[in-house]
Amino acid sequence: MKRGKPWAWIVFLLGAAYFLLPLIATVQFSLSIRRGTLSLDAYTNVLNSPQFQETFVFSLVVAVATIIVGLLLVVPAAYFVRLRAPQLRPIIEFVTLLPLIIPPIILVFGYIRMYNSSSILPLTNSTLGTNVLLTLAYVALALPYMYRAVDTGLRTIDVQTLTEAANILGANTPTILIRVIFPNIIVAALSGAFLTLAIVIGEFTIASLLNRPAFGVYMQNIGANRAFEPAALAVISFVITWAAMGMIQLLARFAPRTAPLTD
Amino acid sequence: MADDFLRIDNLVKSFGGNTVVKGANLAFSKGEFVTLLGPSGCGKTTILRMIAGFERPTSGTILVEGKDISPLPPNQRQIGMVFQAYALFPNMNVEDNVGFGLRIAGMPKAERRARVDEMLKLIGLSGYGKRFPFEMSGGQQQRVALARALAPKPRMLLLDEPLSALDAKIRVSLRQEIRAIQRDLGITTIFVTHDQEEALSISDRIVVMSAGNIEQVGTPFEIYNKPATRFVATFVGQLNTLSARVDDPARRAVSIDGQPVVVPSLPAGARAGDTVSLTMRPEAVQLANGAARDIVLDGTVADVSFLGSVIRLKVDLGQGNAVHVDTFNDQRTPPPGRAAPVQVTLAGSDILVLGD
Amino acid sequence: MSSSLDTIAAPNAAPASAGAASSRGLLASFRGVRLGDLLGVAPFLLFAVLFLVVPTLYLVVGAFLDAKGSLTLQNLADLGTPQILSSFWISIRVSAASAAFGCVAGLLIALAIIRGRLPAGIRSTVMTFSGVASNFAGIPLAFAFISTLGRLGLVTVLLKLYFGVDIYRAGFNLLSFWGLTITYCYFQIPLMILIIAPAIDGLRKEWTEAAATLGATPFQFWRFIGLPILWPNLLGTLSLLFANAFGAIATAYALTGSSLNIVPILLYAQIRGDVLNNPGLGAALALGMIVITAVANIVYLVIRTRAERWLK
Repeated sequence: MKRGKPWAWIVFLLGAAYFLLPLIATVQFSLSIRRGTLSLDAYTNVLNSPQFQETFVFSLVVAVATIIVGLLLVVPAAYFVRLRAPQLRPIIEFVTLLPLIIPPIILVFGYIRMYNSSSILPLTNSTLGTNVLLTLAYVALALPYMYRAVDTGLRTIDVQTLTEAANILGANTPTILIRVIFPNIIVAALSGAFLTLAIVIGEFTIASLLNRPAFGVYMQNIGANRAFEPAALAVISFVITWAAMGMIQLLARFAPRTAPLTD
Repeated sequence: MADDFLRIDNLVKSFGGNTVVKGANLAFSKGEFVTLLGPSGCGKTTILRMIAGFERPTSGTILVEGKDISPLPPNQRQIGMVFQAYALFPNMNVEDNVGFGLRIAGMPKAERRARVDEMLKLIGLSGYGKRFPFEMSGGQQQRVALARALAPKPRMLLLDEPLSALDAKIRVSLRQEIRAIQRDLGITTIFVTHDQEEALSISDRIVVMSAGNIEQVGTPFEIYNKPATRFVATFVGQLNTLSARVDDPARRAVSIDGQPVVVPSLPAGARAGDTVSLTMRPEAVQLANGAARDIVLDGTVADVSFLGSVIRLKVDLGQGNAVHVDTFNDQRTPPPGRAAPVQVTLAGSDILVLGD
Repeated sequence: MSSSLDTIAAPNAAPASAGAASSRGLLASFRGVRLGDLLGVAPFLLFAVLFLVVPTLYLVVGAFLDAKGSLTLQNLADLGTPQILSSFWISIRVSAASAAFGCVAGLLIALAIIRGRLPAGIRSTVMTFSGVASNFAGIPLAFAFISTLGRLGLVTVLLKLYFGVDIYRAGFNLLSFWGLTITYCYFQIPLMILIIAPAIDGLRKEWTEAAATLGATPFQFWRFIGLPILWPNLLGTLSLLFANAFGAIATAYALTGSSLNIVPILLYAQIRGDVLNNPGLGAALALGMIVITAVANIVYLVIRTRAERWLK
């Protein structure tokens, strides 16, 4: 019955070519480190390099820290706005849009000026301070996605009723947040977390300008100095992104629901 | 008949292995209002969409004034159509919606404006021209949709459940309005609905469909009073079904819950001891307040529903059969209470003889 | 790194109420909020002030201050050098071109998978892939395109080998306006698909059919109904894609080093080494970027708010 209209096939195939060719080319290039034969040497070179391991672990740790700090900021805010202070919603939503309006390079430029060694809060003075600053910068970057994910999670459960039920049973607000609300939105929070991971793990601009040994900075370095290893890194990054997005899709199937979906 | 305005011959439509229209033959005269009636999935909408050109028949032909229209794409068929969900273009105001077909046809602006005004007057929405669809109620939107469909003077009008999305009150008033406009313009109209009351109230003729087959074609009077099949009888209107034991086929004597009665006819080949079902409309059965008709049965009142102008009693006949009896409300005589013994009566000719 | 806007920009997620906050007055919003409840929101707001609002304002103010801290317009005037003007010009061109091309190509692909009657499964595959590709920006994307269209890239080599076309001899360069535009499209197109697909789903089948019964050809349907309905979405997304490309730096930096002076790269170099020898000028450069991306985003938000009115 449905064969597809010819123009649709043409558009689809052109699109597929544009999107698949770079992937094929990158894979092919990453395997061509030895003349005339395919080999995985570029991958072993990369994976065995201590710099790769160090920077990757560094970025992973920063990503996890970002996710934790982000959730600690976002979950209570989203919960209170939804339940008790809906009049604050426009302000909160405007704030969550700021990171999309302000390019990351501007943010980090502002940080460097504001939190330098001669300021009241000289975060860039120490390594720890700079790492904290990097994490907070990533929290800012991830804020829109994190807030959106958590807010969507709150919308699909009936926050009001859950809270009232817990109140009647004698729970106080922190208990409700930790024991009742969070377990119900954990799937939504996790999908925000994986998106954050995908964004943060290879981030270059902020890490580079704060002089932190992050994975993105390492990749840029390799790109400037090697020929085949960058292709291997691109493939690895693509797989990581794909895995993170795949996890989000997978998680969506387990999302709990108590409120009917209306929007 | 060669002078049929629209004729459908052996029309079949299959989706994959699923045949949803199984050989439909229909003829429509010019100016007629015909309703396709049936439950959802019976194929009525598919027939409408094949006439409009949105679905291609698997086999069979559709002739308009003797010409096969199957090679024509929908936009060359000169058909007006109204959809269930209004389908007004949200980016255009009422004027532009109604004038859309005229604009496509290349009608000059001044002429177009006059025609749009005329249409808005027809549907009673003069002065609403600058409104946008989202500023109007469902009933108003559907009237605009009707005006839009009629503005280019189509050869026929197709209405696909146009009232289903509306409130009950508006549904009734709008269906009368549609019928009045249709009579006024004399436009051949095919109306699709699953609502039997709607179909009975506005149609010249009704086509009752079930599971891809046409069960019966007739006037509302014929469909209601002489249903051709059990499906038609049960789908259109309320129906009592009583099971009776055949005592003597020759005399057409049966007993209902042990009460002997004589019926006007029996299914062919019924033998003594067989169980047959007898069916009749609730309003054909009455309480026998002294004035008994052909058949009289004893029972007790099991339930009383007050429906307004009509009171519907459920009467148990003793051994499992129950019959619904409709009586007009009369404020001087309250209905019998529950468990009151009553006699019900009906004329033998009111028993419907149904094929299957 | 400024991709992955999809979750934000999905239409039901478009908050778009940002304007309301400022018009009603910030403080008024806090009236009636209980202190205990404010404690839940306070860390979030404090964070926003310290790490979003103040750093940005710091730069904005800095753009109007000279080295001694007194008010001046000199920094802004200093933006008028040929180098800086040309970097703004190339940034605007790349952002506009990749946004426009991403918009058109994304729309066509979305139309193909939604209305082109392609086999089942293609749509969900494309949507999933778009989610991934719209997040696949930054350094790795540059590597992928070097492997594809660089001097030794697969496509470059194959074109030479089988068609005898040397694209580099024909004037193509990955480290150029066109190279950057083609590369940016790799995240711009998927982003467009993700944003516009729900809008196309919102085009009801009955509108197409009603137009057809009224005599309209498919072209006339798109001309008078389909595109006008999508128009606000298209324009809005165009400005969003523009801002998205304008702020991006990592891909361009990895691709071209500093050989192509788009604004973010110039600013990057300025922050690293103060190449312009003037801190106030850096702030002015930042102000220029803020103004351009903010204008593009505000256009997006305004159009989006308007669009929602009659699509309900």
